Amino acid sequence: MQLTKNGGRIMERLKRIISIISLIFILLPVALAFAEEPKSPAAQEAPVAPTPVLKSDPSGANTGGAADVVGATAGAPTAEDLKNLGPKEPLAAKLADVVGHNRIAVNFVWMLICGFLVMFMQAGFALAETGFTRAKNAGHTMAMNFMIYAIGMLGYWIIGFALQMGGVGNIASLSGGTGLLDGEFIIKLFGKEFGLFGTKGFFLSGVTYDTAIFALFLFQMVFMDTTATIPTGSMAERWTFKSFVIYGFFISMFVYPLYGNWIWGGGWLSQLGKNFSLGHGTLDFAGSSVVHMTGGVAAFVGAMILGPRLGKYSPDGKPNALPGHHIPMALAGCFILAFGWFGFNAGSTLAGGDLRIGVIATNTMLASASGAFFALLYMWMFYGKPDISMAANGMLAGLVAITAPCAYVNSVSAVFIGAVAGVLLCISIFFVERVLKVDDPVGAVSVHGVNGAWGLLSLGLLADGTYGDGMNGITGTVKGLFYGDPSQFMAQIMGVITNFVFVFVTMYVFFTILNKIVPLRVSEELEIEGLDQSEVAVRAYPEFTIHETHKRR
Amino acid sequence: MKKIEAIIKPFKLDDVKDALNKIGIQGMTITEVKGFGRQKGHTEVYRGSEFVVEFLPKTKLELIVSDKMAKKVIDTIVETARTGKIGDGKIFVYPIKDVIRIRTGEKGQKAI
Repeated sequence: MQLTKNGGRIMERLKRIISIISLIFILLPVALAFAEEPKSPAAQEAPVAPTPVLKSDPSGANTGGAADVVGATAGAPTAEDLKNLGPKEPLAAKLADVVGHNRIAVNFVWMLICGFLVMFMQAGFALAETGFTRAKNAGHTMAMNFMIYAIGMLGYWIIGFALQMGGVGNIASLSGGTGLLDGEFIIKLFGKEFGLFGTKGFFLSGVTYDTAIFALFLFQMVFMDTTATIPTGSMAERWTFKSFVIYGFFISMFVYPLYGNWIWGGGWLSQLGKNFSLGHGTLDFAGSSVVHMTGGVAAFVGAMILGPRLGKYSPDGKPNALPGHHIPMALAGCFILAFGWFGFNAGSTLAGGDLRIGVIATNTMLASASGAFFALLYMWMFYGKPDISMAANGMLAGLVAITAPCAYVNSVSAVFIGAVAGVLLCISIFFVERVLKVDDPVGAVSVHGVNGAWGLLSLGLLADGTYGDGMNGITGTVKGLFYGDPSQFMAQIMGVITNFVFVFVTMYVFFTILNKIVPLRVSEELEIEGLDQSEVAVRAYPEFTIHETHKRR
Repeated sequence: MKKIEAIIKPFKLDDVKDALNKIGIQGMTITEVKGFGRQKGHTEVYRGSEFVVEFLPKTKLELIVSDKMAKKVIDTIVETARTGKIGDGKIFVYPIKDVIRIRTGEKGQKAI
């Protein structure tokens, strides 16, 4: 009797899993059809001008060559030099091919190593979030942080990457087949073109089977995963694992890639400069908004819809402390994040040959230092103690804020941006907790959401005009409001508003509908008992009896 | 025979154990416990919000001694575990009916 009952349940679950998998495989051929669309008419008219037809290069042997030495440095040969001098100096022409290949190889290696560093940030997030939550939910919090890496990656491979980068066009620093990502879906309004999403690269198949595109996928994927893991912090200790899995696919397949396209994939926000003379269009060097604000706003919506953890607020609305169970673990996590951030920011040049990486990496660590220090000072002044958990959040806040402007500002601005971020973080945490009454166990909304917005705006204020010539197709370097270009600041404001409205509305609708089908919140009994055994069938600390010794006021 | 149960401040454990060894005590059992007495709990702050720690960590010692040793043991514990501040703990003394050593089956005084 028991057996048949269990058997029935297992069958039912199996059926559901199989139906999901088959759905993916139904989608596959459709996507491939997209990916193998015939070349655009321009490419078919090729015989007129004998430009080489771009082919995907799965082996990598043909990626990077003499053409890539053109414009590499101030004294590099021009295309004309190569054409005229090549026949006279055949050895030099051959060497130019090697030099070009090596130049691209340096960029590949740099971007991949930075991507590996960003991947390791997942471990940082896992430790930070688990440390700041309670022992009875440690297995569950870890499980979400662990599995989002796998779930998000698959979703991004299926459709996310294509929507985000499928229309980005040739990326000079990677050469190779990146030019095959030429399928931006565009609508025309007021006679201007608005890029909405890309259409090449579903399942990384067809013409996108190319070394440069694969490397780009890895780098973009780990950024997306950072976004996807942010809400697991604000929604920790009460979120059902089932609805979390569905969320993981949704954000990696649609929400992140769409906004990402608008900024990084050649979409409409990046074209504000070309279309409406707003600076260089909305600029976000490494993702204050694309990655962090998107994650922060989603985290806010999720925590708001889930409601506060039991016992977080007294009946009179007074917030209570629910102390995290392992502060050393949380701090180690924050350190790992700060380390991974070097890959995040400096890697976003997509080029090891772009020596601005020296400035970018240094700005990154300066902002993290002032973020941590000023959060510490704030807590010391207003709450009596130098609160290390808030200082750790402050370090992350500084890092989030410097992520957009890291390539465009000087060191004084970087320290200033971090300092503002540290103070803003503390104010925001108490505002979210005490005024909005949204329970965010790890401070994700304030670290990523609020400071993501500040990062984007600070670029528009403090970019000093030493970098960014030709960014988004606009000649001239990037200057902020204080350096003479108010229109850049306008473009940044557009970015912040767009991100907030788009992510808030999309995630609100998504979570509300999902809540009706698969409830987001665990039952009261399970929440009191802890989610480890019931949600993920693993207890983090099975050999310890866990009892609370403190009472909330 | 007497059972002496002492609840002391955890950081005093080493001193108490050494002092008891010196007067010839050869065994004891300790447990990490939590509790409150007149000391009550205390307030802590986590990320700007206050909370009260109601039960404080203590160490519980249990040892079985002969009647004539009991007073000496109690005096030793009181002497070494005392800081003079509130929260030093308490000692409870119980009569014991019998003691059995599991390995040999010895009983009573010989088994202590």
